[in-house]
Amino acid sequence: MPSLKDQRARISSVKQTRKITSAMKLVAASKLKRAQEQAEASRPYATRMAQMLGNLAAGVQGQPEAPRLLAGTGEEQKYLLIVATADRGLCGGFNSSIARGARRRIQELQGQGKDVRLICVGRKGRDALRRDYGNLILHTYEGVAGKKRMEFADAHDIAERILEMFEAGEFDVCEIVFNRFVSAIRNELTFLQLVPAEIPQVQRTEAQAEEQSAPYEFEPDEEQILTELLPRNLGVQVYRALVENAASEQGARMAAMDSATRNAGDMIKRLTLTYNRTRQAQITKELIEIISGAEAV
Amino acid sequence: MADKLQFDLVSPERVLVSDAVDMVVVPGSEGDFGVMAGHAPVMALLRPGLITTYENDRPARRIFVASGFAEVNPGGIIVLAENADDLGELPQERAMQMLRNAEEDLQSANAASEAERARLEQAVAIARARSEAYTAP
Repeated sequence: MPSLKDQRARISSVKQTRKITSAMKLVAASKLKRAQEQAEASRPYATRMAQMLGNLAAGVQGQPEAPRLLAGTGEEQKYLLIVATADRGLCGGFNSSIARGARRRIQELQGQGKDVRLICVGRKGRDALRRDYGNLILHTYEGVAGKKRMEFADAHDIAERILEMFEAGEFDVCEIVFNRFVSAIRNELTFLQLVPAEIPQVQRTEAQAEEQSAPYEFEPDEEQILTELLPRNLGVQVYRALVENAASEQGARMAAMDSATRNAGDMIKRLTLTYNRTRQAQITKELIEIISGAEAV
Repeated sequence: MADKLQFDLVSPERVLVSDAVDMVVVPGSEGDFGVMAGHAPVMALLRPGLITTYENDRPARRIFVASGFAEVNPGGIIVLAENADDLGELPQERAMQMLRNAEEDLQSANAASEAERARLEQAVAIARARSEAYTAP
């Protein structure tokens, strides 16, 4: 049985921890709100871009001169996997679920005899994958996910790097793995194919289809616009993945810290109960000792 | 000029402008073009230059874009630009400063690789176009 003093120390340390976790929960909640707003603000651009691409791509699809970013290299041997995680932990299963998904995908691809290379965005993903697949990791971006605001420039840098590698023929297919934000307590592991670009099917109501019936004029021409649009689309997709990831991270952290705070509360209750019992037992014991001492005299 | 045209300017980070205007003049890659309500559908690449919106036959806002795309459809005009500066909100000195910074970067990066140099040169060209936009008619 630990002494009363030890128990007191234990209780106060758990109380301190609870303070920290509840503060972190509040911080995560406010960051989540910001991240969510940002995710929403970035949506119009992405949808417009997707619409434009859809309109353009319909014309060139299947043609031999279609840009390689759209049509691919014609092979599927070399894969590049972008693993987007957080830089920091303490957010429940957020990072480990991404790492697990990435690991499964790598095994699957390697099982099919493909070459896989990795680029990690976020320190945690690299840490998790370094032991098993350290030799596959080409580069790690740090400090991207931890910023107050996700900046498009960061996504742009990553996209540039991907493009350079694609031009150099270092991979045929590029995928990004991240957690799609569903709600504050739910996110979904998502694989998104970046190269060759997946063209969203433009869905229109009939009225819109009629409106759109007038053919577009292109300036300078379709192919040139498409070759400019595709690299940009890559940046936008990366940005969207990172923003969604940031929102998911904060959501996961909020949930994790919430349950940690609750657990700490339970623990304090339990410890206080034992503490009081021990104290009571000690007082009783001392009383018995005094009384039996007095009787003996 | 009864009909208004819906003009949306969006960047990846947020919607910059969403407004009903009389006319928009956009710097297309093969020359500026004006768009009014009922314009035929066009998809165009943009070059660095000024987007000018018109209200009541007068220029209302002047926005500098470094690059982007414009799509004109029956609903209006949508411009996608990675970054845009409203000249009414960006002081000229600041634009000049940005130009000087870009030029210094280019000079100090003499030994840099070809690709890096090309990138910096492009940055200077964009900054110059931006600072010159103030004096443009």
